[in-house]
Amino acid sequence: MSAKLARRDHRAAWLFLLPVVAVILLVAVWPLSRTFFFSFTDAYLDDPSVYSMVGFDNFIEVINDHSWWVAVKNTLVFTVISVAIETTLGLAIALLLNEMIPGRGLARAAILVPWAIPVVVATKIWEWMLNDQFGVINKILSGLGVVDHGIAWTASSSLIMGVVIFIDVWMTTPFMVLLILAGLQLISPEIFEAAEVDGIPAWKRFWSITLPMLRPAIGVAVLFRVLDALRMFDLSYVLAASNENVMTVSIYARDRLISFQELGIGSAASTWVFLLVAFVAIIIIGALRLDRAAGT
Amino acid sequence: MASVSLESVSKNFGTHTVIQGVDLEINDGEFVVFVGPSGCGKSTLLRIVAGLVAASKGAVKIGGDDVTDVPASKRGVAFVFQSYALYPHMSVARNIGFALETLGMAKDAISQKVSTVARMLKVDHLMERRPRELSGGQRQRVAIGRALVRQPEIFLFDEPLSNLDSDLRMEMRMEIAKLHDVLKTTMIYVTHDQSEAMTLADRIVVLNHGRIEQVGTPQQLYHTPDNRFVAGFIGSPRMNFLAVSPQTGANAGRIAGPGNLSMAMVASNPTGPIAEIGVRPEGLRLVSEADGRIACTLERVEDLGHEHFGYCRITEDTVWVVRLASAPSSDQIGKTVGLDFADSAVFAFAGDGKRVLLKGTPQANAEAREP
Repeated sequence: MSAKLARRDHRAAWLFLLPVVAVILLVAVWPLSRTFFFSFTDAYLDDPSVYSMVGFDNFIEVINDHSWWVAVKNTLVFTVISVAIETTLGLAIALLLNEMIPGRGLARAAILVPWAIPVVVATKIWEWMLNDQFGVINKILSGLGVVDHGIAWTASSSLIMGVVIFIDVWMTTPFMVLLILAGLQLISPEIFEAAEVDGIPAWKRFWSITLPMLRPAIGVAVLFRVLDALRMFDLSYVLAASNENVMTVSIYARDRLISFQELGIGSAASTWVFLLVAFVAIIIIGALRLDRAAGT
Repeated sequence: MASVSLESVSKNFGTHTVIQGVDLEINDGEFVVFVGPSGCGKSTLLRIVAGLVAASKGAVKIGGDDVTDVPASKRGVAFVFQSYALYPHMSVARNIGFALETLGMAKDAISQKVSTVARMLKVDHLMERRPRELSGGQRQRVAIGRALVRQPEIFLFDEPLSNLDSDLRMEMRMEIAKLHDVLKTTMIYVTHDQSEAMTLADRIVVLNHGRIEQVGTPQQLYHTPDNRFVAGFIGSPRMNFLAVSPQTGANAGRIAGPGNLSMAMVASNPTGPIAEIGVRPEGLRLVSEADGRIACTLERVEDLGHEHFGYCRITEDTVWVVRLASAPSSDQIGKTVGLDFADSAVFAFAGDGKRVLLKGTPQANAEAREP
């Protein structure tokens, strides 16, 4: 290609990229840099134009706050447990749906329903179903004779994290199923047939062929879910507002920023959240890429 | 090593019948090729032998044991797929040795077996590569190695060479033939390519619409096809066919057809009146119109260097291919010419496609031959 043609191609490329670049500047770079900037100030939300620079004071205040560390612990517990359950369950259901079972099409469509319901709606429905006096869950349990009086699922500090994880698993397992099923269907059935003819037992076929070949699909699904779970806000907030037992880092940042009007500290907390998510994302992506380099 | 027998095997998918009552005996150590047009059920039949597809009816026996209800993993067969079906996340060495891992064999013993097989198939320099880093031919060698290392009783090949280019196909064909000479294991090989079938097989099974049309050695199928389908399928370029009609009255015992065809032809096994005749391109000679048995227009000549094919139009929708030793002079193209052939080169078929044996030709049996 001549130099002139190459230049023309470059110009065309930039022209096509321009709208995207503009949108990213507007919706991502600008607000992010504003947040980053305010995290170094002592501004309040009622009048952000009045501020003075305070250096890293806000960042230090956040990490000296006990509540912040509770929120970090909650977020990590929620992320690790819910994503682990969703991955296992998603893999199991995807393997099942990949088999030629009757009613497979219907099952595939039906399984997407929980994912299609807005988080707030689903959370409210579950909250009602779990209500200690009027909830259908307690009704069934007492009907079966398992409990003699209704359990206060969402009020008990020891149960509420379990409830949050349960609702999240209910809502987002379909997403896992969908991604893993797509991965499964990319694997040529002849590979499994070859293993079958070769006399490879079923467990080894799963362990040495299905799982390694699904690794990219599972990896991407886990990455999406982990990033989603780390910034989880709506589920906990709708169910328990600022209850410390299920307060996530996003709720902590929101409380500082909105409830306490501390624009500077809230921004610093948001920046910490951003750094936390970025850190975990880099670790997961790094792990995926390392695998790819090794060729597995 | 083992024999294979299929006893009235049928297979339907829902209401669609793919295999209809196939009976077949394959001897121990034999190289049998299933051949037929796409959709004839040859791959399904192979999968039924492997146990990857369950027969709807009938029995499959391997080495005399009924294995109809035995899963694929317990049948002691090896299967080579058209797509190779290598494990993409494993090295060549592990691909070949994977089946041995589950047998509880020691690591040293496995790697020794794997390297013996790899050397035999000339892939020993690729052991640490992944399948995606190999060429098509190398992949197929690894796939064959994976089958070989288990020392199976039976090898099953499902169009193993279809994804290779023609040079490589020829080379791999030779290697598979050599492999059979060395191992003397029973092999069943599926292909849609009749030349692969002709060159590899001890016996060929010609399938069409889920039925066996004919079973025989390549020579038998070429020289004494049972029916029009086999006659047309075996041989390249394919046999030329022409619809004819038997004459009556003063001309009884003769047939007539397009291109001023008129020749004496009497059936020795009257399965039905002769409806069609066939002559292979190599049985035809291009002569002048007066000397030929069929008059036609020479439309086109293809020059392949070592041989030439002439295309002669007899009727609006019948073109016969004739093999020529040398190129005809160019002024013959577009002119009316004659096609001549020996009586022994003619095959006759009844209306239902069955072969009609003829009196007075070597193809007919001895009793039918008259002085």
